[in-house]
This record gives sequence, structure tokens and C-alpha cells, in this order.
Amino acid sequence: MTAPDEQEPESVGLVRPYVITNGREIADGDRFELVTLITAAPDQQQKSRLDPEKRSLVELCEGGYLSVAEIAGHMRLPIGVVKVLLSDLAEGGHILTRAPVPAAQLTDIQVLQEVLDGLQARFG
Amino acid sequence: MDSRHVSGDARHLHDKVQIAAKILVVGHFAVGKTTFIGTLSEIPPLRTEETMTQAAADVDDLKGVKGKTTTTVAMDFGRLTLNDRLVLYLFGTPGQQRFVQVWEDMTRGALGALVLVDPQRLKESFAVMDLVEKYGIPYAIAVNHFDGNQARAESELREALDLLPETPIITCDARDEKSSAKALVSLVRYLQSRTRQEQR
Ligand SMILES: Nc1nc2c(ncn2[C@@H]2O[C@H](COP(=O)(O)OP(=O)(O)OP(=O)(O)O)[C@@H](O)[C@H]2O)c(=O)[nH]1
Ligand SMILES: [Mg+2]
Repeated sequence: MTAPDEQEPESVGLVRPYVITNGREIADGDRFELVTLITAAPDQQQKSRLDPEKRSLVELCEGGYLSVAEIAGHMRLPIGVVKVLLSDLAEGGHILTRAPVPAAQLTDIQVLQEVLDGLQARFG
Repeated sequence: MDSRHVSGDARHLHDKVQIAAKILVVGHFAVGKTTFIGTLSEIPPLRTEETMTQAAADVDDLKGVKGKTTTTVAMDFGRLTLNDRLVLYLFGTPGQQRFVQVWEDMTRGALGALVLVDPQRLKESFAVMDLVEKYGIPYAIAVNHFDGNQARAESELREALDLLPETPIITCDARDEKSSAKALVSLVRYLQSRTRQEQR
């Protein structure tokens, strides 16, 4: 694996997050966790009306699911900014979200067993 | 990189994915977090930033930027698809106390943490140990063996880090896939046994 440190994201300063989120609190969007999974909604006729940041976010999420953290990584935006964008997009019906663990369907024991089995199958 | 690694285009998760689990890889500066995550991840590790204050909450602040202390902290992470419906994310972040805000986000819903430790720099691990304990994250210790390291007795490590008798200590080379996977497996087994005990 190549050293990931080599590709530092360009620093996102004070001004840019503010502009992108139209001044909304960065703390907004608390319902998104780092590993909440996101995909683009199938019907995207309104996409062209979105501002560029939101449109590229939706386009990034076409073709499957990505976590909030991955979206931030690919877009090189701070997590907080991505959460705000996601709130708006969810409200507008542009994205679908999946909670990290389906509520009350799985115990930790079950998840841990699947993680263990998966790791062993993969790495022997 | 072998065929298991997903190519750039195939980086999306399959529609069937239902569970996104999270394990933290933590440790002091330059202990091998990024290396460890890169060794196991199926995607090129990604890096993202968390902004530490409400960045520019109002326009006036933009003019008075000087007085503001906005810190960004980087975390890197990788991904492992473990079966049709389960994906595991590994998050690495530094252990300094001033990154507490990031820790809140990172620890929410995390199964546990692997604490990387360099036995030559044990003191540097104290801050991160304080954090995992403060947030109540169950953890195992992975002793990263840097070249030229003298092996330390496990009892010595246990004492220095003030570990519970049941806390696993695994040695690992973060550059090696098998060795890193083994450390992760030990952590998961420990988490299982803890969870079982809690249910009793
Ligand atoms: N010999 C040896 N070197 C290692 C090992 N793990 C990491 N290194 C080296 O140690 C250096 C630091 O590793 P990183 O993975 O960047 O450490 P980090 O914890 O991500 O560092 P920061 O993000 O700066 O805190 C790199 O040069 C690695 O190649 C290991 O297990 N053995
Ligand atoms: Mg690093």
C-alpha cells in the first residue's frame, strides 16, 4: 500500500466551510454518523438545480453506498461540512441514508461474530 | 496490492450492505496508525478533517480571524467489506487531549479500539490510554515492533500502562498484513468475551 500521507487534502480554512454551508452551524446534521451509509436517490431530475458542491456529492454517491467519512475524504471537505450538505440533500430527497446498524435487529454479539468470521475468511 | 483490493471505480459498497461497524486504531504520534490501516484496507486509505470550532459562525468572525482558534485534526480511515451485508471501517486518530471533539464523533458506536504502542515510548501512550478509558471504549494493546526494539516483558508493559489482567497484549508489525489482521482478530475475540460476560 502506498503511503496515504503523501496526498494531503488541501487545507479547508475558515471561509470555505462557511460559504459552502450558507453560514449554517457546522454542528448541524447530528443524525449523520461517520459510518452512516449514503446513496443517491434513484430519481434525480432536480439534480441540475443543485449548487455545485451538492451536485458533486450526489454524483459521488451514484452507483452504490459510501459512508459519510468516505464522502468527506473523496470531496476533501471537513466532516462537519459534509454533514450539513447531507442534511439539505436528505431533506430535498436527493439522497437515501442507511443507519450504521439496523435498529434493534442485531446484538453486538452477532455483529462481533460476523466481524470475526469475515476477518478470518479474508486473512486466513 | 492484490486482486482483493477494489479499484477506483468499484469503491462503492453494494446495495445489500446493512451493517457498518467501526473499530478505532489509536496511538501516539508516529506509532504506526496510518501504516496499520493502509495494510488492511481494501480502498486506498482516506483522510479527512474535522474542524474543531464552529468555523466562522458569523460573518464578523471572518474579519477577526486572528483571534479565533480553529484547529483541524486529520483522521485516516480504511474499509474492509467482510461479507455481503457487513462493512468494517478502521479509523485512526491521534491521542492528544485537545482532540476531544473528534473523539466524540469517532467513538460513537465503535465496537472497540486497538491501541498501538511503541514500547520505547511508553509514556507517550498515556494520553491516549486516558482517552479510551474516559470514553469507555474496550481496547486491546498492539505492541508495534519497530526495528531494533528490545522486547519488553509483558508484565512490565502491563504495569507501566496499568492494564487490567484481561486486557490483551498482542505484538504486531503494522506493515505486515497477516500480523495486523491477527492483532485485529485478537481485539474482536476479546470484545466478544467481554460482551458475553456483560450479558450474564
Ligand atoms: N519497523 C516498523 N516500522 C513501522 C511499523 N509501523 C509503522 N512503521 C513506520 O513508522 C513510521 C510512522 O508510521 P505511521 O503509520 O505514519 O504512524 P502514525 O501513527 O500514522 O503517525 P501520525 O499520524 O503522524 O501520528 C513510518 O515510517 C512507518 O513506516 C512497524 O510495525 N514496524
Ligand atoms: Mg498517521
